Amino acid sequence: MKLGKIKINHYINYLVIGLLLIVLSSMTVAGVRFDNSLLFLLEKVAIGIILAVSLSLVVGFLGELSLGHAGFMCVGAYLGGKVAALLVPALGNGVLAFVISLLAGCAAAAVCGIIVGIPALRLRGDYLAIVTLAFGEIVKSLFRNTSYESFGGTLGLDTPRFDKKYLFIIAFLLVLLTLMVVQNYIRSKHGRAVTAIRDNEIAARATGINVTKYKLMTFTLSAALAGMAGVLYSYSNYTVQSTQFGYNYSIEMLVMVVLGGMGSINGSIIAAALITWLNTWLPTKLTGDLAVLQNLLYALVLIVIVIYNNAPKLKGFRDKYNLGVLLNKFKKHDASKINDDKAKWDVVPTKISMDEVLSVDFTPQDLGPDKEGGRK
Amino acid sequence: MEVILSTLINGLSLGGIYAMIALGYTMVYGIAKMLNFAHGDIIMVGGYVIFVVMATGNPLLAVAVAVIACVILGITIERVAYRPLRGASPLAVLITAIGVSYLLQSLAQIIFGSAPKMVTVYEFGSVQFLGATVQVASLVTMAVTVVVMAVLTLFVKYTRLGRAMIAVSEDRDAAQLMGINVNAIITITFAIGSSLAALAGLFYLMKAPNVSFTMGAMPGIKAFTAAVIGGIGSIPGAMLGGILLGVVESISYKITAIAPYTDAIEFSILIIILLVRPTGFLGKKRREKV
Repeated sequence: MKLGKIKINHYINYLVIGLLLIVLSSMTVAGVRFDNSLLFLLEKVAIGIILAVSLSLVVGFLGELSLGHAGFMCVGAYLGGKVAALLVPALGNGVLAFVISLLAGCAAAAVCGIIVGIPALRLRGDYLAIVTLAFGEIVKSLFRNTSYESFGGTLGLDTPRFDKKYLFIIAFLLVLLTLMVVQNYIRSKHGRAVTAIRDNEIAARATGINVTKYKLMTFTLSAALAGMAGVLYSYSNYTVQSTQFGYNYSIEMLVMVVLGGMGSINGSIIAAALITWLNTWLPTKLTGDLAVLQNLLYALVLIVIVIYNNAPKLKGFRDKYNLGVLLNKFKKHDASKINDDKAKWDVVPTKISMDEVLSVDFTPQDLGPDKEGGRK
Repeated sequence: MEVILSTLINGLSLGGIYAMIALGYTMVYGIAKMLNFAHGDIIMVGGYVIFVVMATGNPLLAVAVAVIACVILGITIERVAYRPLRGASPLAVLITAIGVSYLLQSLAQIIFGSAPKMVTVYEFGSVQFLGATVQVASLVTMAVTVVVMAVLTLFVKYTRLGRAMIAVSEDRDAAQLMGINVNAIITITFAIGSSLAALAGLFYLMKAPNVSFTMGAMPGIKAFTAAVIGGIGSIPGAMLGGILLGVVESISYKITAIAPYTDAIEFSILIIILLVRPTGFLGKKRREKV
């Protein structure tokens, strides 16, 4: 089997996460007791990766913005946590109860995704961002005002305790599952349709792609994965508080996606791990009023990276100095070895730029020999 | 009866504040074709400027400085963060706008701390009206909103600059070919929107005399909701949507059973409107150009 460059990219993250998983879990089985804070960090990293990858599906591949990802996570956390709390007395605190609550959380988040997606995705523009933002606020206020018996209200929902020693193994298995689902989805027929919609919606529609269907499908998948992360969160934290899933959390996920590079799964994974680690490390360094500096940093990351990557005037600069070019300097460049046409796709124009059309200079001799032999 | 009347007046004045913020959103959206997420936080900056200048004890000076500061801020944001992205994908602009909003909030938190600050701009007192106690500040808010709205409508309809704005919002490239300086028009739009945000900040402080770094976030989102309900890009629509939302909010707060769900109700209205009538009440239906 011949592995293309894209495929290798896809397998690298399975390999890294799989290796990490095998090493850490065999150490656990062998009896090494990890520090609780390290276990907690590992779980958080896994949750962060799932969230970043699922948001990347919407932001990077669908080209829409969701600001309510924390809301979907919240639905998953509450519903999954509640189902788990009901099931554990009957089934015991085992894998079966976990799987059922996981499915319940995913399904609940997916249903919310459909409800939110139907009005917002039919419209062009920034409506999805504002509707998802509104959705996040609605979910927060609904769960905050529940009674103590149902979802815990302001005190939060207590969720069953799961053996911390093994939870991170399940968490990383879920990361692998997420990656498998998302990467295969992107490379499938559906994923191609989604990127076609992102690049040019009108052209995609003209080729017979059902735009609303694919948008809704992608958005729902992303919501379901966020719900999965929520269930994981409820198992990891013992208690679910609606205030945790605010606007700031959604922005944090967006920072992960933007920092990793929109449309890059590997980038999202690295950025998610980095940001999650920063979130636990920075508060130990920045205390009191300085804690805000972290938010300032995130804001600057969003602004600077997006302007740098997208500003039309910086295009020349970007083409000259980027990671790819720098890496290529170390490699011996051989054009005959490039066997995919990935590079060429970058230059296929999707829109005709009027400036270029209008400013083509040509002299009559460019058109061929002048038959009348006239003016020069 | 008294309760109904005072609730209604309260709602109308709150609606006036929302309408003023929504005007900023709707004009920027109509002309620059972008959702200026940082608009709500300009209100917050206006609030803090009023808080600082009120140390002199002169409310008029405070308001004037706040308006000027907000206009400068709005223009700077447009220059630094949004203009480099003109011609880039809408998603990039939106994410930058969120970044700017976040930046303003965290800067305010660094400078002024996270605890809310008390500020009393001016005590108007209250009057008895048909048996109900009515805050004069509410009446002033309503009056100013109506005046601002009327001036803005006339400005857009009858001045050269206003017509240039309409032209840019209709078709940016064609407007440029007609000799309109598109960048200047967009800058002016941001300036108008930001000055309205400063006024909204003032009236917001008259209602709830606390400045905090998050004070702009919620009114900002609600005002955008109002702009969408009224039809984004339409000036009377922003007014209508804002007042509708303000009245709904103040009625909902009065009914104990649904009071905790007020925010949820308002945002549900947004989702329902988008489902039933995506262009809002007064919005024009735009055909997609190929």
